[in-house]
Amino acid sequence: MQSYQLFTHSLHLADNALILSQRNSEWCGHGPVLEQDIAITNISLDLLGQAKNFYAYAAELYNGFSDDEKNAADHVIPRPWKNYGREINEDDLAFLRDENQYLNFLMLELPRGDWAFTTLRQFLFSAWQFDLYTNLMKSPDATIAAIADKSLKEVTYHLRWSSEWVIRLGDGTDESHARMQKAVDDLWMYTGEMFEPFMDQSLVLGLDSKVLQQSWFSRVKDIFDEATLNMPVSGWMQTGGTSGRHTEHLGYILAEMQYLQRTFPNATW
Amino acid sequence: MNKTSLHTTDPALVTHQIWKILEEVNDPEVPVLSVIDLGIVRDVVFNDNQYEVIITPTYSGCPAMDVINMNIRLKLMEYGMRDVLVKQVLSPAWTTDWMSEAGKEKLKAFGIAPPNPKQQVCSTALFADESVQCPHCSSYNTTRISEFGSTACKSLYRCEQCKEPFDYFKCH
Repeated sequence: MQSYQLFTHSLHLADNALILSQRNSEWCGHGPVLEQDIAITNISLDLLGQAKNFYAYAAELYNGFSDDEKNAADHVIPRPWKNYGREINEDDLAFLRDENQYLNFLMLELPRGDWAFTTLRQFLFSAWQFDLYTNLMKSPDATIAAIADKSLKEVTYHLRWSSEWVIRLGDGTDESHARMQKAVDDLWMYTGEMFEPFMDQSLVLGLDSKVLQQSWFSRVKDIFDEATLNMPVSGWMQTGGTSGRHTEHLGYILAEMQYLQRTFPNATW
Repeated sequence: MNKTSLHTTDPALVTHQIWKILEEVNDPEVPVLSVIDLGIVRDVVFNDNQYEVIITPTYSGCPAMDVINMNIRLKLMEYGMRDVLVKQVLSPAWTTDWMSEAGKEKLKAFGIAPPNPKQQVCSTALFADESVQCPHCSSYNTTRISEFGSTACKSLYRCEQCKEPFDYFKCH
């Protein structure tokens, strides 16, 4: 297996989990009721743990790279770290990379919106993660398989929790239905990115993005049907996140999240 | 155990003693449970002249892991064992089925409902309510308030009989 691709892909999976974790954590203290405030921040914590595992693996791969491989990966390596004179670690990858070095899907960096938007985004992403991790458990790479095995159990909760919210709001009052349908219409054009054949995905994952898409689509359709939501007609799709071209929102997330490590380099507590 | 009792150098005996010592290391978030009760110690091995304690996290983002790691090392130091490596593995993924029966009893006495056996109830069905027994009055007439509770490993329930809310150590 080609380690450069494995490295970039680990980074991509870590970025996805970290950025959604950071977004969801904005609900801390602002959830509609205490129990759901706790739920969304618990999901944040699970995602943060998954991100940490993928970043740690990416760092381990990079530290073992040949010079040629390091050159190939240079475009996603944080500049401040290069002056540290030590091996790279998971914190460097999370807290020191610029926005054009982040490889997450655009959908995950969008502002948190209302509760319908937040729970729908969680649902669309958890449904994708569920199939992805199910497949990655059979990955020829033992570390990726182990992280997937661990994460899938958590994603199962996330998927169940978010599915229930999509149904509850979609098949709820006129107001909640209208908000959920609006969230569907607003988010749909960001879903295409999840099925682009990013970095020869098949090579790293042993998985066809078209197959992943079919499974995801039928999962989403089942829930939308039960939630009395209209499935949007597939049209033009947003793209760019996995090649580092982001919306203006990502910069603000990173500014807040990375402030401490950039102001006090190598701070620990 | 007598804290100066580690005089043997037979790896099999020392390994056995480490297992016993680990029973004294508690989970920082659920302090009635030892790391052994919780089932997160997967192995103790003697490798390259060094003892290794292999642990696994309950959840990916469990913030207690670093503290548990440190507490294990501190406890072993109390017994004069300084050169012990604590290693983390992710696979096979932790399950509540690894929790000891003694641990489940301790949880209940502490006011936390212990996890149901995984084979029976770990379900992906929507809006499904597990039948969870109230740790206070033992009634099964309980309702889930939230899938997520005060820590990643718990969900929140309410007893309809005695009206007390309680944590359920959810099956995983």
